[in-house]
Amino acid sequence: MSPIGLHKALNKIWATPPGWGRLSAVNHNILGKRFMVLALVFFTIGGVLAMLIRAQLATPNSAFIGPELYNQIFTMHGTVMMFLFAIPMFEGLAIYMLPKLLGARDLAFPRLTAYGFWCYLFGGTILIIAMLAGYAPNAGWFMYTPLSSGTYSPGINADVWLLGITFVEISAVTAAVELVVTILKMRAPGMSLTRMPIFGWYMLVTAGMMLIGFPPLILGSILLELERAFDLPFFDPTRGGDPLLWQHLFWLFGHPEVYIIFLPAAGVLSTMIPTFARRPLLGYNAIIVAIVAMAFLSFGLWVHHMFTVGIPHLALAFFSAASALVAIPTAVQIFAWIGTLASGRPKFDIPMLYVVGFFIVFVCGGLTGVMLAMVPFNSQAHDSYFVVAHLHYVLVGGFVFPMLAALYYWLPHFTGRRSVYGLSIPAFWLILIGFNLTFFLMHLTGLMGMPRRISTYPSNWGWDWLNLLSSVGGFLMTMGFALVLIDIIMQFRFGRRAGRNPWKARTLEWAMPTPAPPYNFVAIPEINARADDLDIDALGGELAGGRGYLAFPRADRQETLGVDMMTGEPDQVIILPQPSFLPLWTALATAAFFLGLLFKVYWIVPVATVAVVILFFLWTRPLGARRNMGAIEIGQGRAVPADGEVKDNVTYWASLSGIAVDATLYASLLFGALYLAVIAPGWAEPLPATNWLPAIALATAIASLALARRAEISNAKGVSPAPMLLLATCVGIATTLILVMGMAIIPHPTSHANLALRFVLLAYCAVHSAVAALLALHAWLRCRGGFVSSVRATDLRVTRVWTDYAAIVQVPLWAVLLMLSGGGLR
Amino acid sequence: MFWGACVLFLLVLGLLSVSLLRPAMLAAVKPMHWIIGGGLMMPIPILVGLLIAALVLGEQLLPRAGGAKAMRVEAHASQWQWRFTYPEIAGSAESDVLHLPAGEPVDIVVTTADVIHSFWIPRLGGKIDAIPGRENTIRLQADKPGAYHGICAEYCGPGHETMSFVAQAHDGADFPAAVGGRP
Repeated sequence: MSPIGLHKALNKIWATPPGWGRLSAVNHNILGKRFMVLALVFFTIGGVLAMLIRAQLATPNSAFIGPELYNQIFTMHGTVMMFLFAIPMFEGLAIYMLPKLLGARDLAFPRLTAYGFWCYLFGGTILIIAMLAGYAPNAGWFMYTPLSSGTYSPGINADVWLLGITFVEISAVTAAVELVVTILKMRAPGMSLTRMPIFGWYMLVTAGMMLIGFPPLILGSILLELERAFDLPFFDPTRGGDPLLWQHLFWLFGHPEVYIIFLPAAGVLSTMIPTFARRPLLGYNAIIVAIVAMAFLSFGLWVHHMFTVGIPHLALAFFSAASALVAIPTAVQIFAWIGTLASGRPKFDIPMLYVVGFFIVFVCGGLTGVMLAMVPFNSQAHDSYFVVAHLHYVLVGGFVFPMLAALYYWLPHFTGRRSVYGLSIPAFWLILIGFNLTFFLMHLTGLMGMPRRISTYPSNWGWDWLNLLSSVGGFLMTMGFALVLIDIIMQFRFGRRAGRNPWKARTLEWAMPTPAPPYNFVAIPEINARADDLDIDALGGELAGGRGYLAFPRADRQETLGVDMMTGEPDQVIILPQPSFLPLWTALATAAFFLGLLFKVYWIVPVATVAVVILFFLWTRPLGARRNMGAIEIGQGRAVPADGEVKDNVTYWASLSGIAVDATLYASLLFGALYLAVIAPGWAEPLPATNWLPAIALATAIASLALARRAEISNAKGVSPAPMLLLATCVGIATTLILVMGMAIIPHPTSHANLALRFVLLAYCAVHSAVAALLALHAWLRCRGGFVSSVRATDLRVTRVWTDYAAIVQVPLWAVLLMLSGGGLR
Repeated sequence: MFWGACVLFLLVLGLLSVSLLRPAMLAAVKPMHWIIGGGLMMPIPILVGLLIAALVLGEQLLPRAGGAKAMRVEAHASQWQWRFTYPEIAGSAESDVLHLPAGEPVDIVVTTADVIHSFWIPRLGGKIDAIPGRENTIRLQADKPGAYHGICAEYCGPGHETMSFVAQAHDGADFPAAVGGRP
């Protein structure tokens, strides 16, 4: 087949339908761009809010916006920038870029990408509409209780935050699962882990951190919403709760979050700097060690946000040391980059301007970070404008500048055109000067005693000039961003056509035509060297000519390769799903669930839950095969089985990643229970003992576990697993009902945190028994539909994994219930 | 700390500029030396020194059992005001100005009636949060008589910026009278 004919044939298979069909898009090319464009829309909204803040603070005793409105604005500025801009922005970049860097045709779960996008869009929209209606959250972006509790924030505002952000977080969790599985299983043949481009390593570590970083926040939001909506006291000190539990859960997420945002940006720098230095990255292995070290350390220093809450000084010293140590892996990366430039032959272009901007701003933010890690200094600077300056230096320096560099670096990939240089350079200087003018001065206002989050200040405290100059700087920076926006439009309209690989980069994403076709690569390459040092110009031509794997259309199937996790040997053909409206419908049903909770129309909630479950049952219908295909040809004289016929497939790994998320959520809940049992005030009075229902539920859950295992074993022997699965479904439903009964007979769970904890622990286990029962039912339906055979057994494996999990979670449940019945650990 | 940070900032940016503008000057540096020198040998001694200094300084600021006895003053926060009481001064009255004896350490016990607040007199030292259900203590000392501004440092709702107070430090002899106590 000719290159053009091949392109047309593959394009027909992978294309997204036009018109309304665009809403059925599942392709990572489209969704990655949608994520990034939407993130930029939210960045603009967050920027406008920042301008309002600076307008208000430009002069003392300002009456421009009153405190009520100001509180909504600064809360929304933080919330929008962190949750609706930064996280989705790098998710979009990773969704678009990773398959290209790794040599795959799409991500592992294209429909999940789409579902994540709709959750992000709908969740973000809820927040913005609430703001326009005047009901935006107003308790600060970290929502400290009891200010955010029902007593002190009786309106809907805090619910908008808790529910809207949790809705958006679905997209973070789905993206994390998908990225981990894609990086581990979907690379070009021959790309072992040690040959992976460095951005792949950065994203693997980031996505791994997201799997265990987000659950504490999601749990905290669920608990706070339960307290607000149903009066279950977890944070109320008058009923055995503790407001500090919220701070621990929030920062247990919130600190790793900073590194979750920084690492993808650092990955971008590690990808770009070698291109402009014209030599391979220095210290590839040292950088991998550094980012893994950073990931570990980042989970051990959340308390440095809480140095002034009254924790003993020696405990603070431990977290202080951990916070300071993070400077070491950061320094390793900084010097690896400088060393790469110093030992290369650097050339300059617009992305490098922003790389230099990154160095200036981020190094400054890193140094103030070390200062803030020191307890005595922190107790002076905490919650002052010094911290505001520091966090903007770190986040703008460590994320926005690298993202602007990435924008200019990869824009030719989106547009197929070169930059128009006229505007790019003044835009950079406006942003750099404006940024430093705004935020450098805030170090001084902070040291002069200006606390954050005040809507106005008297004029005799010496803060007037500094604030005015900060505001001027803010407006300069905004002009810079506006110029960047115009510059992007100019490039789309007037940029010169760029050929393939305009920067002479050495990574795979440039070995394809630009704008990228929906299938990325006509042929999937064989990789024999480190994949960030390839001869792209030669490789691009070979691939376009069809020399590589899977360089043919087959049976209208969207095919890509799966590889062995470590060695990169191809071990399966992954058959990806076609465009579908199911993600949209499922996200709409999910939105109904959240809106029902938000407006307290509780009958909608169970209806929407059932709708979501039914829709997810429909997701698997187009997947799988009714007969065993055996080994299928992949080109280059090789043949491997389809993904449904191997054990080590992406669905299985996604289940394990999902369990990692879920187990972290449960661990956070158990941490919360232990924390309150040990520390919270008001646990003196005797409380009722637990009932025996959880013990019975543990026994029935173990029975389900045995049945799911029996089903898998008999299926492997060729005996139908259907009866076992049906039985497992019934036992799972029984377990759920027993646990729900256990919840129902807890007397007055709203009276004390001890009882409320028992209530949610039982609820968590009940939900998981129900999930196990539904998966057994689903596997039974798949058996009936003929999708299961002794080799096509993924449905049974997934069922077994989640049934095991539903049983295992009941063991700590029983232990914690006994501890709570004894009145806690006093 | 400030000058140290300046030196490090200039060092990193200087190296970056040289590497971009005159790479030949740095071409002699072996690649791994960048990572070992800049990433390990430079930061580790600095961080260890800083941590030890911070720990020693932090310990000195702590109220401790065996040390000098400090007078106890209670600060009660609520939305959006501060009230101060002096349990050790017989006959003293509640006040909305914090009266302190100059030149003596004072233990300020901070509590709250509603949400989280934070007690801060920027010129006298660090801050301490007022957490519902808990008592937190901070030891402060005003060296000279005079008025010092105090504020709430933790965002506490729409009256947050109005929640300031004055700390008035008196000569030791005048202090009991200032709080209405019997001399």
